[in-house]
Amino acid sequence: MSWVLFILLAVVTLVGGVGVVATRNVVHAALSLLVSLLAVAGIYLILFAEFLALVQVLIYGGAIIIVLLFAIMLTRSSEYPRISDNRQWPIGLVAAVGLLAVLAASFWISQHQSAGPESPALGNLANSLFTRWAIPFEVASLVLLVALIGAIIIARTGEDEG
Amino acid sequence: MNFQPDLAPPQLLAISALDFVWIVVGLLVMFTFLSVMVLVQVWLERKVLGRLQRRLGPTRTGPMGLMQPVADAVKLILKEDIIPAESEKAIFWIAPVIVVVSAFMIWVTIPGSPDAVIQNLESLGLFYIIAFAVVGILGLVLAGWGSANKYGTLGGLRAAAQLISYEIPVIMVVIAVAMLAQSMNMKEIVAQQSPYPYVLLQPLGLVVFFIAGLAEVGRTPFDIYLAESEIVGGPFVEYSGAHWSVFFLAEYLNTFAIAALTVLLFFGGWSGPFLSGNWDIIWFFAKVYAVILVIFWIRGTFPRLRIDQLMAFAWKVMVPLSFYTIVITGIYMFYNWPPWTLTLMSVAGLVVVAYIIYRRLTGPANRVAEIRARQEEQRTARQRGREAVAP
Repeated sequence: MSWVLFILLAVVTLVGGVGVVATRNVVHAALSLLVSLLAVAGIYLILFAEFLALVQVLIYGGAIIIVLLFAIMLTRSSEYPRISDNRQWPIGLVAAVGLLAVLAASFWISQHQSAGPESPALGNLANSLFTRWAIPFEVASLVLLVALIGAIIIARTGEDEG
Repeated sequence: MNFQPDLAPPQLLAISALDFVWIVVGLLVMFTFLSVMVLVQVWLERKVLGRLQRRLGPTRTGPMGLMQPVADAVKLILKEDIIPAESEKAIFWIAPVIVVVSAFMIWVTIPGSPDAVIQNLESLGLFYIIAFAVVGILGLVLAGWGSANKYGTLGGLRAAAQLISYEIPVIMVVIAVAMLAQSMNMKEIVAQQSPYPYVLLQPLGLVVFFIAGLAEVGRTPFDIYLAESEIVGGPFVEYSGAHWSVFFLAEYLNTFAIAALTVLLFFGGWSGPFLSGNWDIIWFFAKVYAVILVIFWIRGTFPRLRIDQLMAFAWKVMVPLSFYTIVITGIYMFYNWPPWTLTLMSVAGLVVVAYIIYRRLTGPANRVAEIRARQEEQRTARQRGREAVAP
């Protein structure tokens, strides 16, 4: 049962991922990404990571895709929906293969520990996030803050010139 | 090296045929019940708005116009379903489905009484509701884009900006409530409110949650993305007939959900005197409809905001207030202070913000009076000068 579900979800994830790069329409690409991300949430569910699955739906399925669509609609692409720029595909290929190599290597090196089919209590998750993993957590939020300030600065300089 | 991921063992995923039948029956009952509730709400809204505007509201169809929503529904379903030629057909079709499915999915875990719930999610009920509420926004954005209409696209953009902004205070206040209850289980949150409902501990939280919740479902003071007088209905401009009624259904379901969440999180849910056991559900609906009446009252009273006012209000008032709510809840929990201290801190925040808003509202009028006074002064001074030169 769980293997059937896993294979089904994996296929949906891959189809969504291929859809993102194969379609010529930017909005369709965003929607394929949504399908792929929601299928990943399903994979989290069968791995008993309910919290992670809901975070995936909230952050990626909801907020990030909406902001993506917002940005696409603001760039007036609804008037030219079929334009897409594929000149950067070699760089994209290198990045994708590199990421795959890093992930595969980390999977080989790390000991695969069996956690057991049990969803961790929310309190334990919060404790480890704010004690043991506090520094990576704060660094991640710092990265987001830097991105936010950078976006404001870019927008502001454009305003001054225009 | 073990390459097999730890998938859920089969015995946990396998549900028996009987369970499956029960879930399907439960979902059907929920669907029917919520649809009837929407009809009641439509009738109530037309009647209450009518009274607020010194009209009678519907009177002709059935006693007191009770059959009016049924007649409306029949009319909407029979109307021709027009699909614009330039639209993206698939997106145009899927957008209302996304909106209404997420509106129904929220209700799976909202309890009306300890037993009146399809599936109470033990550890994550509240978080599930928040997560699926966000997905509905996507449908509005897609509806705006898919209908190939400039007003639709504008409405979609407005919906994305407004709903994402107001999602933040809603989530933050919900976090404060989860901190107080030490749980995200809806039943547990209601059980924790047995001596004092959280409205007494966190009045600021209630105000922020209710206002941001109204903005979340796009009720009238906040219906910027529909704004008939500006962008003729926003994302819904090209929709007609059954498709449009699906959006309508979702909007009423979401209003009902916000009222139910307000009751569950701040007014002690189904707990009340005189009734016990599953009769508690009567208290739940009494409270929910009281909140819904307040929502109609607000709709009948306030004019629509401007988009810049709306966004400024979200980021400059609601978001800081929601963070303040979390901070005072944390202080209260950490130092184990008596409950009234939290009430005091919460009310203090409310008063400070009310004063600032009062100053901002009366500010322009005061400035006009100031300028008038100065002009008057200058005029009298000039006059006096002329009189001094004249002789």
